[in-house]
Amino acid sequence: MQLDIRLPMGLLFLLLGIILVTYGFVSDPAIYVKHSLGQNVNLLWGAIFALFGGAMLFLSRKKK
Amino acid sequence: MSGGAGASAGAGQVALELATVDYLILASYFIFVIAIGWVVRRQMKTSKDFFESGRSLPAWICALGFIGANLGAQEVMGMAASGAKYGIATSHFYWVGAIPAMVFVGLFMMPFYYGSKARSVPEYLKLRFDEKTRTFNALSFAVMTVFSSGISMFALAKLLNAILGWNFDACIFFSSLIVLIYIYTGGLTSAIYNEVLQFFLIVLGFLPLVILGLQDIGGWDGLMTNLDAYSATKGMPGAWSSSWAHMGTPTANPIGIEWFGLVAGLGFVLSFGYWCTDFLVIQRAMAAKDMNAARRTPLLAAIPKMLFPALVILPGMLAIALYHKGGTANIPLPMGADGNPDYNMVVPAMLAKYFPNGMLGIGLTALMASFMSGMAGNVTAFNTVWTYDLYQRWFKPNADDAHLIKVGRLTTVVGLLLSACCAYAATKFNNIMDMLQLVFGFVNAPLFAIFLLGMFWRRATGHGAFFGLLIGTLAAMVFQGSTLPVGESVSLLKGGWLGVQHTFVSSMAQNFWMAIFAFSGCFLGTLFISLATKPNRTDDELRGLVYSLTEKQTDVPGSAWYARPMPLGLAVLAATLVLNIIFW
Repeated sequence: MQLDIRLPMGLLFLLLGIILVTYGFVSDPAIYVKHSLGQNVNLLWGAIFALFGGAMLFLSRKKK
Repeated sequence: MSGGAGASAGAGQVALELATVDYLILASYFIFVIAIGWVVRRQMKTSKDFFESGRSLPAWICALGFIGANLGAQEVMGMAASGAKYGIATSHFYWVGAIPAMVFVGLFMMPFYYGSKARSVPEYLKLRFDEKTRTFNALSFAVMTVFSSGISMFALAKLLNAILGWNFDACIFFSSLIVLIYIYTGGLTSAIYNEVLQFFLIVLGFLPLVILGLQDIGGWDGLMTNLDAYSATKGMPGAWSSSWAHMGTPTANPIGIEWFGLVAGLGFVLSFGYWCTDFLVIQRAMAAKDMNAARRTPLLAAIPKMLFPALVILPGMLAIALYHKGGTANIPLPMGADGNPDYNMVVPAMLAKYFPNGMLGIGLTALMASFMSGMAGNVTAFNTVWTYDLYQRWFKPNADDAHLIKVGRLTTVVGLLLSACCAYAATKFNNIMDMLQLVFGFVNAPLFAIFLLGMFWRRATGHGAFFGLLIGTLAAMVFQGSTLPVGESVSLLKGGWLGVQHTFVSSMAQNFWMAIFAFSGCFLGTLFISLATKPNRTDDELRGLVYSLTEKQTDVPGSAWYARPMPLGLAVLAATLVLNIIFW
């Protein structure tokens, strides 16, 4: 039985996404003014990471 | 290199400050990397599983592994540096220096690599030519991979030390330990799976950097305006914002090369020499589940490859434009010793500017992932070539399968130890490393000639190939010894030690032209020596190894165009042509 790489990949990106989104909510907004042109990139890209991870998990399930 | 490793993150340096969330992200990544090796280890039953992934992987995984193994730190940091130094013209390293060769290896060479019984590139040389050609190639390749992974290790440790203040020795130790664990347990499969992971991490981790940078400079138009203003200060107006328009003469563009040397030297000799013969990448395609998947591996890999300039070159262009617009207050790009910005610090400076904690952890993870995938690619190629082409051939021809896996695992340990030695040597003897790189240049430049003749001319003989290689290497040395880049003084390293016959505008031009000479020397040498010697292989032995004696590949009837190598390859070439025209 071969490991489907989409499973660990999906889990990792989902986890990273959750970490980023959570941090996006609790972090001081000043860091976004200082670095990322005022945009909360942790929230935005955390959501994208989580979506990508979710899509990978979905694909690895669908195959079975 | 000197002074870098020990320097503290003081004034004029890029310094990143990590928070708990960044450490959490780094730790999550490392746990997954090791876990993949641990899970995959149960699939490692035979040496074929360990060294060749059991030839069982689908094309898309091999393709991402193929590109991931190439997406080392040199790619990410180096191409960003070149983007700052040369502008859009850096894309030649992709659209001229990679894609055509990747299409060629997929369409025309993979049938011989995958279709023959060879388990490695040197083994193909043995089947096609003879044992001495194989051993010569295996030895030089083994030394080179260890050296390259050592350089990766050194660069990673030096960088982390400079921007985070981490301990140099600890960086060497932990980076090799992690790579060791996941290759020791899961072999090539684990390395390829991790390369896929690293690929997505690098893409998704660097994309926000590019988007933020573009927003900051005022979009594409803002970038072009600032680059044009910058190139005017360098006396080459417009040279940073076009790829071909300034390639007429070497003095008109920052790379210092004209179109012919670029196309023939980089686009043909060096690029085909790397993508078509380097076992580091070929190994990924040979792990594919069938011939069609193996042929499509480099073709599918070419699709992200042709778009990579947006990810790795654009940050460099953005950095130099931002720097021009507002100096170091705008982007924390430190000054180099020569009065120009320190181009190698482009990526860390962009990370420091645009990524708050959280995304900073992602950016750093992506950077480490790129170093490790580069290292792991070298180590897996090294343990396969050592075990099959050197150990099994010269020390234990009758080794059983379990013994070979054991040797492969032990070789992984030894390979990483040797890499670490190289990394420490690099901290002490800067020149020795540059010297080694030069020697590999001599040995590698002519290599593609014997593959080309070997695969497409059945009359090429073993003696022809071996001595042709030596002649090509000699041609490279003589060429380097009689030329010099402008502004350099005569030395073993820079050239001219046989008396300067010609001066090049840049060392890159010297390098490209050296490759052209080495290839020509090897090609002609192999041609004439082959004609003068008796064929050492019968037509029967050459079946499956030479074009004219091998059955042509036929596609599955009724399959979609993108599932067939030829239409897919042509589509990739057409798209590359369009990119060249758009950014002319």
